[in-house]
Parts: sequence; C-alpha cells; structure tokens
Amino acid sequence: MSMWEYANPKRFMEWTAPVVPWAFGLSGVLVVGGLFWGFFLTPEADKFGSTVKIIYLHVPAALMAINAWFMMLVASVIWVIRRHHVSALAARAAAPVGMVMTVIALVTGAIWGMPTWGTYWVWDPRLTSFMILFLFYLGYMALWEAIDDPDTAADLTAVLCIVGSIFAILSRYAVRFWNQGLHQGTSVPVVTGGRTIADVYFIPLVICMFGFGILFIALVLLRTRTEIRARRMRALTARAARA
Amino acid sequence: MIALLLRDLRLSVRAGGGFGLGLAFFLIVVVLVPFGVGPDRVILTPIAPGILWVAALLAALLSLDRIFALDFEDGSLPLLATAPIPLEGVALSKAVSHWITTGLPLTCVAPLLGFFLNMAPGAYVWLLASLALGAPALSMIGTFGAALTVGLRRGGLLLSLLVLPLYIPTLMFGAEAVRRGADGSGVTAPLMLVGVITLGCFALLPFATAAALRINLR
Repeated sequence: MSMWEYANPKRFMEWTAPVVPWAFGLSGVLVVGGLFWGFFLTPEADKFGSTVKIIYLHVPAALMAINAWFMMLVASVIWVIRRHHVSALAARAAAPVGMVMTVIALVTGAIWGMPTWGTYWVWDPRLTSFMILFLFYLGYMALWEAIDDPDTAADLTAVLCIVGSIFAILSRYAVRFWNQGLHQGTSVPVVTGGRTIADVYFIPLVICMFGFGILFIALVLLRTRTEIRARRMRALTARAARA
Repeated sequence: MIALLLRDLRLSVRAGGGFGLGLAFFLIVVVLVPFGVGPDRVILTPIAPGILWVAALLAALLSLDRIFALDFEDGSLPLLATAPIPLEGVALSKAVSHWITTGLPLTCVAPLLGFFLNMAPGAYVWLLASLALGAPALSMIGTFGAALTVGLRRGGLLLSLLVLPLYIPTLMFGAEAVRRGADGSGVTAPLMLVGVITLGCFALLPFATAAALRINLR
C-alpha cells in the first residue's frame, strides 16, 4: 500500500468526499475567527495605526500565492514522472486560486501602501515579483484553456510550470538588483527565528495563515473533484454518442 | 544541424520569409516613442536604454511564431523529429537561426537608433555588448515558447503572453547594463548576469523545447 493509491481518481473521490466539507468548515472558522480577532481585538500599532489590520489579509494571501505556485510545480513534476491524472488536474485547479491570492495580496498591499508609504504602487522588489507571479499565473491558465486535448494540455502546462518556476525565481532575485526596497523584510523569519512582530498581532495572524492554507486545500480539492466529474461526464457522453 | 541551419536561413531570407519585418518594427517602435513622450532630450536620454531594449524584445517576439509554425504546417516538423539529429539539436539550431535573422540585425542597428533617442555617449558600446550577449537568450526562450504553442491555431497572442514574462530577467539586466554604462558606473555585474542567462538558456532550454515539441507531435 503506497501513498500513490490515493491518486487513483476513484480512491481520490472517495477520500476527498468527507474531507472537503470539513476543510471548508475548519478554514471558515479559522479565517473568520482570525480576522475577527485581528480586526476587533488587537490594539492599534503605534506606527501604523489601524492600517496594520490589513496584515491579516495581506500576509496569508501572499503566503498562499507563492505556496500555490509551489504546489503546482510539485504536482506538475509528479504528473511528468508518474502520470497520475489527478496530479495534473490538481495543478490546474490550483492556478486560479493562486492567482486570486496574488491579486488579493497586490490589492491589499496597494490599499495598505497608500496611508503608510504615500503611494499605491512602487517598483519595489517584492511588489514587482508579485506582479511577475501574476503574469505567470495568467500565462499558465491561458495555456490550459488554449489546448483541446487534455493530456497534451497537462503535459505542456507542466513543462511551462517547471521552466516558468526557474524564471520566476530568477526574476525574483533579478528585481533585487534595483536595490530600493520600500517593503519591509519578513516579520516572521522561519529559518533564523527571532520575529519582529508582537504576540498580540502574531497569534491571530498565524490563525489566518492556517485558515488561508486550509481554505486553499479545500478549494483545490473541490475544483479537482469538479474537474474529475466533468471528465467522467465527457467520457460518458462520448460513449453514449458512439453507441 | 548545419544543413538545417542553412535551410532555415535561406527560407527566412527569401521571399515571404519576413526577414526585414523585425527590423522595420524595431525602427517604428523606437520612432514612435518620441511622439508619445515628447521630443524633449531631458526625457529621452535617460529612458533611451530601456526603450531600445523593450523595442528589441518586442521585435524579437514578432517573428517567434514562424520558428516552428511553417514546418508544422507543411509536415516537415515530424520529419525533423525522426531525423538522425536529436530534437534538442533541432531546437538549438532553430534558436540560432532565429538569432541570426532577428537578434543579430537588431543588435547591429540598435546603436544607430540610439541616436534618435539622444542616448548618452557612454552607453553605445554597452548597448551593443548587452544586446550581443542577451539577444541569443531572447531567441532561445522564444523558441521554447514557440514549441509550446506550435499546435495551436491562434497561438500568436498566447505566445506573447507566455514568453514575455520569461523575458523579464534578461530585459532587466540588459537595460540595467546600458543604464549603468550611460552614467559611467560599473557594468560588469549586469553584463555578466546577462551572459549567465544566455548560457543557462542555451544549456537547458533545448531539452524543454524538445520535450514540448514531442508532446505536440504525439
């Protein structure tokens, strides 16, 4: 019994059926709870005032925007190596979710930027790399839509995702070359430890992060299930048309 | 491989090959800019390197869909796939021929167009150098994009959507090198990074291109 058993479409449908509602429920509780805690139960920060509260949307969305692409990359690699259809479909399902997360991060960042930096947009390395990430999502989704044959589409988008990841990372470090960061560094350095955000703000933020993460999983599972059902429908109608 | 290269070069130079189109497009884009931003030298001089690089990139983009489309339509692409040379070699040769017909002329003409934009005197040689280093990468990345979209009927627009984000690092370092050349600061770092991108593209992308072609020919 290996973990790949769960990638069989039938098994996948079986084990995700009970997981999806629970994941949605849990993420709903976490996101609503975290946002409520963050918005109404935390003090205003001395430098930012009440604008600090947008962090509870901005940071989790940005986190998931990057992780969604990473998940697509892993799923694409699995599809290329092991040819599990569910893997390709999951990569496809994750793309629009990741793109929406990118948009949320960009928009909330712009709204946050106006009162604190005095501008909606600067060509800061972090902002620019998110813009580039958004373009990559657009291209990836456009390629999926453009190709009729599902297996060809899965293969080509997987190749694009792998090559695109290299260029996305390259761009991410290339923009650092401009040397003008207005965006602050990370407040929660995982590797080095020692975060610069106080516990009052950190705990609801972590709750929101987990909430967004589980929401992402729930959405991807749901979209993958929809796609599997759509494929079954297509196969059935094709069979009916032949008979 | 040499034979394939020569064949592609002959095809592109002869009638209907669209050899001069990219150059003409480059010229027009550069000439359009002063109409857009006004003829003021104070504005044109600092933006000249970026305009030239962006225009060169768009001109290179213009001829990308021809790389594989014609071979795909008349059926010579499957023949190339079964030819004695590996498909990776075909991809490489296509990229080189695209560079010779598009990138190289653009590189040679770019300093001339720099005059139109009142580019700073120190920048010309670095414009030439950065384009000479970076234009091959543009061709190779574009060949990869063309291989992805070769089977599509309306692939042209999608091709630009796929390829342009991939062009960002090359453009950034290339234009940065020229800008630094213009104000006399050190150009070594961005120039070397452009070279790194070109070498990396030529080392890795033929494999991705060949993989995409195989998928499309299945």
